[in-house]
Amino acid sequence: MRAVSIIGVGCTRFGERWDSSLRDLVVETGIAAIEDAGVTGETIDALYVGNMSGGRFVEQEHIGALIADYAGLSSLHIPSTRVEAACASGGLALREAFLAVASGYADIVIAAGVEKMTDVSSGVAADALAAAADREWECFFGATFPALYAMIARLHMRKYGTTREQLAQVAVKNHHHGHMNPIAQYHTEISVEDVMNSPLVADPLRVLDCSPITDGAAAVVLAPSEIASRYSDTPIRILASAQASDSLALHDRRDITTLDSTVHAAKRAFSQARLTPEEIDVAEVHDCFTIGEILAIEDLGFFPKGEGGIATEEGRTSIGGDVAVNTSGGLKACGHPVGATGIKQACEIVLQLRGEAGKRQVDEAEIGLTHNVGGSGGTALVHILSR
Amino acid sequence: MRGDHLGVGIVSYGVYIPRYRIKVDEIARVWGEVEDVARSLNVYEKAVPDLDEDTATIAVEAARNAISRADLDPRRIGAIYTGSESHPYAVKPTGTIVGEAIGCSHSHTVADMEFACKAGTAAIQACLGLVRSGMIDLGLAIGADVSQGAPGDALEYTAAAGGAAYVVGSKDLIAEIEGTYSFTTDTPDFWRREGMPYPEHGGRFTGEPAYFKHVTSAAKGLMEILGRGPEDYDYAVFHQPNGKFPVRVAAKLGFKKEQIAPGLVVPLIGNTYSGSTLIGLAATLDQAKPGESIFVTSFGSGAGSDAFSIRVTERIDDIRDRAPSVRDYIAIAEYIDYARYAKHKGKLRL
Amino acid sequence: MIGTHCKSCGEYYFPPRTLCPNCRRTGQMEEHKFRGTGTVITYTTIYSATEDFERLTPYNLAIIQLDEGPKLTGQVVCSPENMKIGMRVRPVFRILGKEGERGIIYYGTKFAPAEDAP
Repeated sequence: MRAVSIIGVGCTRFGERWDSSLRDLVVETGIAAIEDAGVTGETIDALYVGNMSGGRFVEQEHIGALIADYAGLSSLHIPSTRVEAACASGGLALREAFLAVASGYADIVIAAGVEKMTDVSSGVAADALAAAADREWECFFGATFPALYAMIARLHMRKYGTTREQLAQVAVKNHHHGHMNPIAQYHTEISVEDVMNSPLVADPLRVLDCSPITDGAAAVVLAPSEIASRYSDTPIRILASAQASDSLALHDRRDITTLDSTVHAAKRAFSQARLTPEEIDVAEVHDCFTIGEILAIEDLGFFPKGEGGIATEEGRTSIGGDVAVNTSGGLKACGHPVGATGIKQACEIVLQLRGEAGKRQVDEAEIGLTHNVGGSGGTALVHILSR
Repeated sequence: MRGDHLGVGIVSYGVYIPRYRIKVDEIARVWGEVEDVARSLNVYEKAVPDLDEDTATIAVEAARNAISRADLDPRRIGAIYTGSESHPYAVKPTGTIVGEAIGCSHSHTVADMEFACKAGTAAIQACLGLVRSGMIDLGLAIGADVSQGAPGDALEYTAAAGGAAYVVGSKDLIAEIEGTYSFTTDTPDFWRREGMPYPEHGGRFTGEPAYFKHVTSAAKGLMEILGRGPEDYDYAVFHQPNGKFPVRVAAKLGFKKEQIAPGLVVPLIGNTYSGSTLIGLAATLDQAKPGESIFVTSFGSGAGSDAFSIRVTERIDDIRDRAPSVRDYIAIAEYIDYARYAKHKGKLRL
Repeated sequence: MIGTHCKSCGEYYFPPRTLCPNCRRTGQMEEHKFRGTGTVITYTTIYSATEDFERLTPYNLAIIQLDEGPKLTGQVVCSPENMKIGMRVRPVFRILGKEGERGIIYYGTKFAPAEDAP
């Protein structure tokens, strides 16, 4: 196994991109990442792209070939692979790219993610996203994604005394972070009252507890660490790449208030990196719903089980706290183009570790973590990055 | 059709009435009706199905109650006949859904029936024949409807949802069916054409030449065959399109108010069409004592009536309380306004 | 409600599984008919649904633990204010969905509060 580094990143602006098609977004982000890395097309050995549901959102499958083509690489005939693990598709693309480089099979590899979600009605989008749950035994009975997380939230509140206000604090914090991020979908600050007064989606979760429907793409360029400095002054090492799975349906889990896939991916990642959760300075975690961030900061080991709500309320996850969580604004405020999210998380951590995160820069950020979840926890990916 | 000294009868019964109700006054308010419609029809509220209920779900719930009341093995059932004028499919049987849901063997015959409000009693007759001939062990006869009345039409005040299921057999009877007789003519008093959402009716024509003529003819015909009169029965049940007709036809035939009172449920649940006579009979069985006799006559527009003479056995006391009674269902009522009713009944086209 | 029961370890499964996750290839599965009664583990009321369920909103969805042990996701038909963690439920037969105006109608089990039973 070779050490692997990220030598370039690129990310489109997230939001409702009226004028950009899926392929436009890919080109925009690809060019940005390649320019950032200073590589040429001829040096690229392979491409991996995370995309959850091109088929449902834009009726386009075969995204691997499409993005290679529109990135201008078709004449080079490089292998280009689409990977899918619902909302963790991006994180999985990063891991596949990492494995390709670490194994010695390829040198310069691009990991990208893209989703164009706003071309369909919200009902169709909700249904496409619900396909990440157990279609036969959850969705068939009327389950939606917010509903699954709402059921987790209600039980977490009952079991650990997590309050409705603490859930709201996650959204308030992430909007605060997001308003300092130029690519974020939302640049508005919100209050706890705003969250509590927003319409119910799936009780107890309200509109402002939910990540939005977003168009966007992101890409990172990977290289063996031994040659990374040829391309970048500040290559960022991937210290760990871990993946874990769990039952597809929420009701089959050992504990409904714990994402065991997160727990196991995190354990493996910390053991690979020979680090502990306390050593993480900045983390991008999967806050598809506010309760998702509470679960993440507990299951990753940042805080004891049941204390995620209080930690958030006390500001321990804000910039300047114990661990700065979701400095990009997270899925909540930066936006959640599902296939792109896992890659965007890596882009944000790279910017933080390079010291290029502008107003939202975390002081002396040395080690960062990304955490990407598919579905209600059927898949989880954890990557640990270091300067 | 006639039959007596059959030696077959009812092994069990079960009913289902949805929990939602709308008051007839509420419907009258929406249509600006100044007359006291509820009083003139003697129908004060009617049962409304939930958004996810239809004839098939009602038939299944009623059948499950019938099966559990007598603790029957559903694999003994050799025939399922479901009578309704609101089958969920125009083509595809309701009865197959029932058979699968209650756990029948696949070695049984199924057909759906339609004869306006009397398809349920026709289903009982079909089962009686198959049981008596020895072709089947048990037969399941169901009458269930989520009947439709066009917005603002007179039918809308009474068209209700509910159903009843009867298991017909020759052993362990809770009630013997001593005889049955049918009277049928071609009388277009009420109909619904293929593909149309709401039925049409012949107004006042639905009374004398339709309901009264057929009910009295069938009832008199059966009493004549059996050599009996109204005084030989403890109870009587007549089809209940509203609360007035059964009272009038009972008086006309010489039955007393007390005889029809236990089975007269239309004032509180409305006209459940194929379920109507059968729910009335169930309400009567809910309180009849061993040895008592019940006279039953249904009516279906189009038009025909099936009359039955029923004698309750000792076994009724053993199983009566093992499933919910009609009064149990009537007692659970959640009232909704016309807007919610319109949503439940699919009257709002989206 | 038909599920499976592993004769080797005694575990009940709903939805049915052909392979026992505890015993894998040494498991002996047999069909088991569930009573359909159980307890609400957690629940939500859905106000914003996918297109197929829009007409039903608001409706309750719960994770229910059947008395035999397995957990499943299902709707609970009652008004949202009556929902409680720990409430007992019984099965009811309902329409689960329709393929538009012309397609097949799906029927199956939803749940209702046990205390609502007639």
